[in-house]
Amino acid sequence: MGRRILFITTDQQRYDTLGANGGTLSRTPVLDRLANEGIRYERCQPTSVVCMPSRASMLTGQYPSTHGAWMNGVALPLDAPSVAESLHDLGYATALIGKAHFEPFMDPFGRFAENALANLGVPTVEAPWFDGRRGVHRGFDFLEFATHGVMGPLHYAKWIQRTHPEALPGFYSVVDGDFNVNAAGGGDTGAPQVKLNDVPREWYHTDWVADRTIAWLDAQRDDQDWFCWMSFPDPHHPWDPPASERHRVDWREVPLPANYPERAADREALLDQKARHWRLWYDGRVVSNYEAPKKWVPATMTADQVREVNAMNAIEVELIDEAIGRVLAHVAAKGWGDDLDVVFTSDHGELQGDFGLLFKGPYHVDALMRLPLIWRPAPSTSPVASVVHAPVSLVSLAATFLAVAGATAPTWVEGAALPLSDEDAAARGFDSTVTEWDSALFGVEVHVRSILTSNYLYSEYLPGTMHDGSEGELYDLDADPLQRINLFNDPERAAHRAELSQRLHEHAVRPGERAAPGLLVAPV
Amino acid sequence: MASLRYERRIDATADEVWGVVTVPASIPEWFPGVVSCTIEGTRRVLTLASGIEMPEEILVNDPMLRRFVYRIDSPLYRFHLGSIDVIELSPEESMCIYSTTAEPDTLCLLIGGGTAGALDEIARLAEAAAAERVG
Repeated sequence: MGRRILFITTDQQRYDTLGANGGTLSRTPVLDRLANEGIRYERCQPTSVVCMPSRASMLTGQYPSTHGAWMNGVALPLDAPSVAESLHDLGYATALIGKAHFEPFMDPFGRFAENALANLGVPTVEAPWFDGRRGVHRGFDFLEFATHGVMGPLHYAKWIQRTHPEALPGFYSVVDGDFNVNAAGGGDTGAPQVKLNDVPREWYHTDWVADRTIAWLDAQRDDQDWFCWMSFPDPHHPWDPPASERHRVDWREVPLPANYPERAADREALLDQKARHWRLWYDGRVVSNYEAPKKWVPATMTADQVREVNAMNAIEVELIDEAIGRVLAHVAAKGWGDDLDVVFTSDHGELQGDFGLLFKGPYHVDALMRLPLIWRPAPSTSPVASVVHAPVSLVSLAATFLAVAGATAPTWVEGAALPLSDEDAAARGFDSTVTEWDSALFGVEVHVRSILTSNYLYSEYLPGTMHDGSEGELYDLDADPLQRINLFNDPERAAHRAELSQRLHEHAVRPGERAAPGLLVAPV
Repeated sequence: MASLRYERRIDATADEVWGVVTVPASIPEWFPGVVSCTIEGTRRVLTLASGIEMPEEILVNDPMLRRFVYRIDSPLYRFHLGSIDVIELSPEESMCIYSTTAEPDTLCLLIGGGTAGALDEIARLAEAAAAERVG
């Protein structure tokens, strides 16, 4: 018997929401303990700041420009490589419970496998594999899905529709009548995507994901190796946690984020330093991507709305922490704890009021790009607790899981296994990460490439409908950790800029086989 | 309002491609996610794999122009117009063009995404017919 792997993801959770990372709004004792026992990464970046490309990178160990799912609404090819296929080949039982999102959610024709298998009520379907064989869908022999709402075909939605229809009106309607992300306000402050939800906690999707994970674990033999991806839809908007939990964080007492100047003029001065689409979105002139409500203007957001959004987010983070604790206690009660590796992260961050903005988009700053990442290796391996300050990326997860399973990463994996310490990171050349953005929606096209080093965050805007290729952002992370002062045009930084630009060029021309960019077939 | 247009070259005669498109009841064979349909006059009701029923009105089915035009008649849409045109490129090659115009924009994207897959299936069926003709 080998090491089992519990891979825990959340959706749209910032680095600073965990106590272990200095967060003070949410209490996260379970994750804090894992961080103390294992490896806490100070600088983990996603390959993309939206769900589908980022999640596809976790599964494939590849950048979006390699796996082909370049924006939300573009399906990861059915025969894309998958770490779950490799683990399945190694004899692991494989499950994904919660949010997958390798294929579009919006699918009235029911033609994508995730939606189809949920419609059919089967645990998996047969599909083509990367190496030409056929096998269980993307390497998972058990799939049970949830997402942010209670509509649609996924398992959680069907479950609550069937068993607790009276709870449905309590949830926020994720999309409006035009199938755009809903801009309607709620809560006490009228903040977008906020609603007081009278659903009992045990029916909410966070607890459901934990319940279903426990049920799957109970079906495994004592001597079975397993890889379980437990994927919580929260704290992604809508922010509609059970109202019974509201007492946890009083929004009136929530401090404003460090990157939210209260005076509009101060916010606008920060935005005006950045590439043009920042201010254009803030003023409601352009919405470049589907992930932000089309009918919402960030400039209208009040300080109290920022407070309430952050309070609701913090409540959701606490519920996730407690759900993880329940699953870990269950694993321990089965006597499996010593051989269990736990990896926790999120697919991307959330602006949460920074620079006067909410949600996400082509805005490559810490709010969206600095992620929580914890790896607690199996206690049976006598892990040495450490904090890794070197930049690492979610593209390393696939190789990490294979290393845990005692296997070498196949050639299609682009990321090396995560370092165990800063010394290990230095020895293996972990000195930068790259994040990609490509979007083309209803005539608005944006392309961004960013590189993060220990000292700098550098972004280039490639030609699109809003940028001509001459704009960019350069932040000195030591002097300006909040990324407020754009040094892109500072002559004194020209050498740094040239070096970072060269490294982005090397990323663009890196060797390896690339999938053709997929077709945009849905908004999300 | 948004419009999306996909096209595909097909190794079959224009008549062979048109032979696939012109039969309203054949749509479950070539539009991904359509599992069945009923036809009454110019009214076609699709049943999708998701269980959704989608009523349509067939506006044009013209063998001379090789043009098929229809409208989705559902309250979800403020407007929809879909058209399939088959153009002869040579005695052995055709172009099939599938266009969608709809409001809201998001629904145009959803239908348009399906039409790209439909073109692949239309090509598969037409090329099978061409292969049978050639023997």
